Amino acid sequence: MARIPLQFTVNGREQAEFVEDGALLIDVLRDKLGLTATKNGCGQGTCGACTVLIDGELQLSCLVPAQRAEGRAVETLEGLAQEGALHPLQRAFADGFAVQCGFCAPGMIMAAKWLLDRNASPTRADVVDAISGNICRCTGYESIISAVLSAAAEMRGRKSA
Amino acid sequence: MPLKVMRADSVRSAAEKLAADSGARFLGGGTLVVRDHTCGDLSIGALVLGDGLGLDTIRIEGGRAEVGAAVTMAKIAAHPGLALLHEVVREIGGPAVRAMATIGGNLFAPAPYGDFSVALLALAADVLSENAERSDSIALEAFLPTRAGQKGRIVRSVSFALPPHGAFRFAKVTRKHPHGASVLCIAALLPVVDGRLKGVRVAYGAMAPTAIRAHAVEKALEGGSVEKGVLDAAAIAAAVAVAGEGTAPASDAFASDWYRANVLPVHLARLLRR
Repeated sequence: MARIPLQFTVNGREQAEFVEDGALLIDVLRDKLGLTATKNGCGQGTCGACTVLIDGELQLSCLVPAQRAEGRAVETLEGLAQEGALHPLQRAFADGFAVQCGFCAPGMIMAAKWLLDRNASPTRADVVDAISGNICRCTGYESIISAVLSAAAEMRGRKSA
Repeated sequence: MPLKVMRADSVRSAAEKLAADSGARFLGGGTLVVRDHTCGDLSIGALVLGDGLGLDTIRIEGGRAEVGAAVTMAKIAAHPGLALLHEVVREIGGPAVRAMATIGGNLFAPAPYGDFSVALLALAADVLSENAERSDSIALEAFLPTRAGQKGRIVRSVSFALPPHGAFRFAKVTRKHPHGASVLCIAALLPVVDGRLKGVRVAYGAMAPTAIRAHAVEKALEGGSVEKGVLDAAAIAAAVAVAGEGTAPASDAFASDWYRANVLPVHLARLLRR
C-alpha cells in the first residue's frame, strides 16, 4: 500500500508522518501518534466518540481521510490539560461524576470545548445542542450537561477575576 | 480494503478521475461515502477529494440563491440570507455532522436521511452538475430518481428562487431529540396571491427512497383561501385526506412503513395549521 507524507499540527505540535493512502485521521491519531483519548466507537459518524477539532471546527475523525488534515491544526483531548493542570471541562466532568465508563467523555469534552470557545455563557439548550451528536450510554446526560455549565461558570469567573 | 485518495485541481479534472476509475467516489463531507466504505462497501476503491474546487460559495442575487455543493449545513446555518433554511439545518445531525455534511452530498443521501433535499424539492431547486464533457442544469425533481446513475458527474451547485417571507414551512419528526434520523419530514411552499394559495409545492422525506413531491396534496391546497395567515380548514382537510398518495415508505430502525403512513396525515395537518 502506498504511503504518503502528511504534515499537520496536533495539539500545537508540528507532526510529519508517512501514512497509508486512505488512512483515516482517527487511526493516525491513535495508532501512529499514540493519542488514544479519541475513541473509535461506531466508525460511522453516529456516536461522536471520535470527535476532534480541526482548525477549531468539530469533526468526526472516523470520517476524515488523514490527507484532509494536511496543513491543518488538529486538537484532541490530550491537548486540553496545561502543565499537568486539567482543563476546567475535565475537572468539572470528574467532579460532577459526568464520566462513568469514560468511552464517550473525550468526544463529549471536545464538543463542549467547541461550544465554550464560541459561547462563554451557554444556556442548557445550547449545551444539549452541542453534545447532541455524542452518545452516552451510562450517565443519562444530565451530569454531563451540568458539568459543561459548571465549567462555563468557572471559566467566566477566571476571566473576570 | 485500502482506499486511494486523489486530489483534483478543477471540477472537470475531478470528473475525469471519476470517469476513469469505476471504484472512485467524489468526497464531499465524508458522512456518506467514508461511512459506506467503513461499513463494507467494497465497490469504493478511491476517493476524489472535493477540497479546493471552489464549490463552497453561497451567492444570493436577484431573488435567487445559488449554493455550492460543498457548502456545509453549518455554513447555511450561519448565512443570514438563507434564514428560511436555518430551521432545516438545525434539525440535521449534531454540530460535527453539520460542520462536515454538504449540500451536494445530501442530494445523494438514502432515506431516511437527506432532509435538506426535501426542503430544496419544495423550493423547486435546480441542480447544476458537470461531467468530463459538459455542464447541465436540471430540476431537482428530475435529478433525484436518476441520482444513482450519475457516475462521473459532479454536482456543482443548487439554485432556487427565494420565496416570499413566511411562505416556506418545514417539519421533521424524529424519535431521538434534539436531532435524529427522520421518521418523516415535510417541506411546504405556500405562496399567497390575493388571499389564495398559488404555486403550492409540498415535499416529503423518508416516505419513499428519495425525497418526493406530494402532488395530490398540492392539488388539494391550490387555490385555497388564506385569511390572516391561516389556511382554509376545508383545503387542509382535503389535503390531509390524500396525504399518503404516491408514498412508499420503508421500514427501518427508526419507524415501520405502517407507522410512517399513519402519522403522515397528522403531521401534515399540524404543519398546515401552523
